[in-house]
Amino acid sequence: MIGLAKSAEWLREARIGAKLMTFGVCYATWIVLSGRFDAFHLMLGVVSSAIVSMTSSELLFPDVKYANLPRMVLRFFLYIPWLLYQVFLANLHLLYLTFHPRMKEQIDPQIVTFQSRLEGDMALLIFANSITLTPGTVTIYVSVLKKFTVHAIDDPSARALPGRMEEKIEHIFA
Amino acid sequence: MENAFIYTGIFLCVLMLLPLYRAVFGPTVLDRLIGANAIGSKTTALLIMIGLIYQRVDMFVDIALAYATLNFIAVLATSRYFQKRKGLYKE
Amino acid sequence: MGVISFVLLLGGLVFYAGGSVGIIRFPDVYSRLHPAGKLDTMGLFMTMSGMALYVLSDWSISALLTALKIMLIVVFIFITSPTATHAMADAGMRAGLVHWSRK
Repeated sequence: MIGLAKSAEWLREARIGAKLMTFGVCYATWIVLSGRFDAFHLMLGVVSSAIVSMTSSELLFPDVKYANLPRMVLRFFLYIPWLLYQVFLANLHLLYLTFHPRMKEQIDPQIVTFQSRLEGDMALLIFANSITLTPGTVTIYVSVLKKFTVHAIDDPSARALPGRMEEKIEHIFA
Repeated sequence: MENAFIYTGIFLCVLMLLPLYRAVFGPTVLDRLIGANAIGSKTTALLIMIGLIYQRVDMFVDIALAYATLNFIAVLATSRYFQKRKGLYKE
Repeated sequence: MGVISFVLLLGGLVFYAGGSVGIIRFPDVYSRLHPAGKLDTMGLFMTMSGMALYVLSDWSISALLTALKIMLIVVFIFITSPTATHAMADAGMRAGLVHWSRK
């Protein structure tokens, strides 16, 4: 029993799960980019992906627990279609603003600051990039204390912050 | 279908003139940077179209990927450089 | 298949046109970042998906690899385009550029 706990502890220390996931991502990219399926090129891919995943697995999966990593990745892939739909809606809104003849009366640029309650670098990165891609808002700065500075193009998009997107991302990393 | 790609490419080239105006006459450095970035993102799509017209997509797709990377790094490096400079207001 | 990819191509061109006109029409740096960061990304996504579908229409392994590479470019742009936009906005903020507002 103690041995089992110890080995679980060791697995978490050595970040085996994160390394394996990084290796999978690297190797899939390698196969797509190389496009050759003979043994030599596949072995080269194994060697270089192993080196990359050993040295820099912290970049892709910074500080996650070993146990809930697959669930997190699954939830992230479920988040992407919703994000695409939101991006599409936001783009239609911006397209309407762009071709409006009296555009300068429609827009009302303002800078909004708000405090986020997300935890972890990866969550903050996904949230900031999602804000930039969706409703009329561009992230300008994220401080260390998780304070977001956001430029909003008009009033409704400024009032919609932080909104449901933060809940969704919190749900990914729950 | 090849004709559709040719006309789409020509339309994209015409569209590139508008960010080019911003890149040449933009009042601040950042305006020029935005124009250059927009031209780069259109060129990435245009490269794939050229590949489809010449029926060598497998070759042009690598060039497009390299161009997208180069465009991103150029924008990032230039904006990091100009945030330390004075005179961003009026040149 | 050809019809779907043609419609996607046309939709992408509309978004690209919106992005280019927006870069000309909006009044200051920060608001120009909105069309540059969002509409161009969406236009690239739609044109690239249309072209990937067109490549896939005569089915083979190498066509599948090429379509996957095109979608890899799309994923790359979806990660890097907000980052580049954020870098430009941050540069303007640090240099003390005041944003345009309706008075």
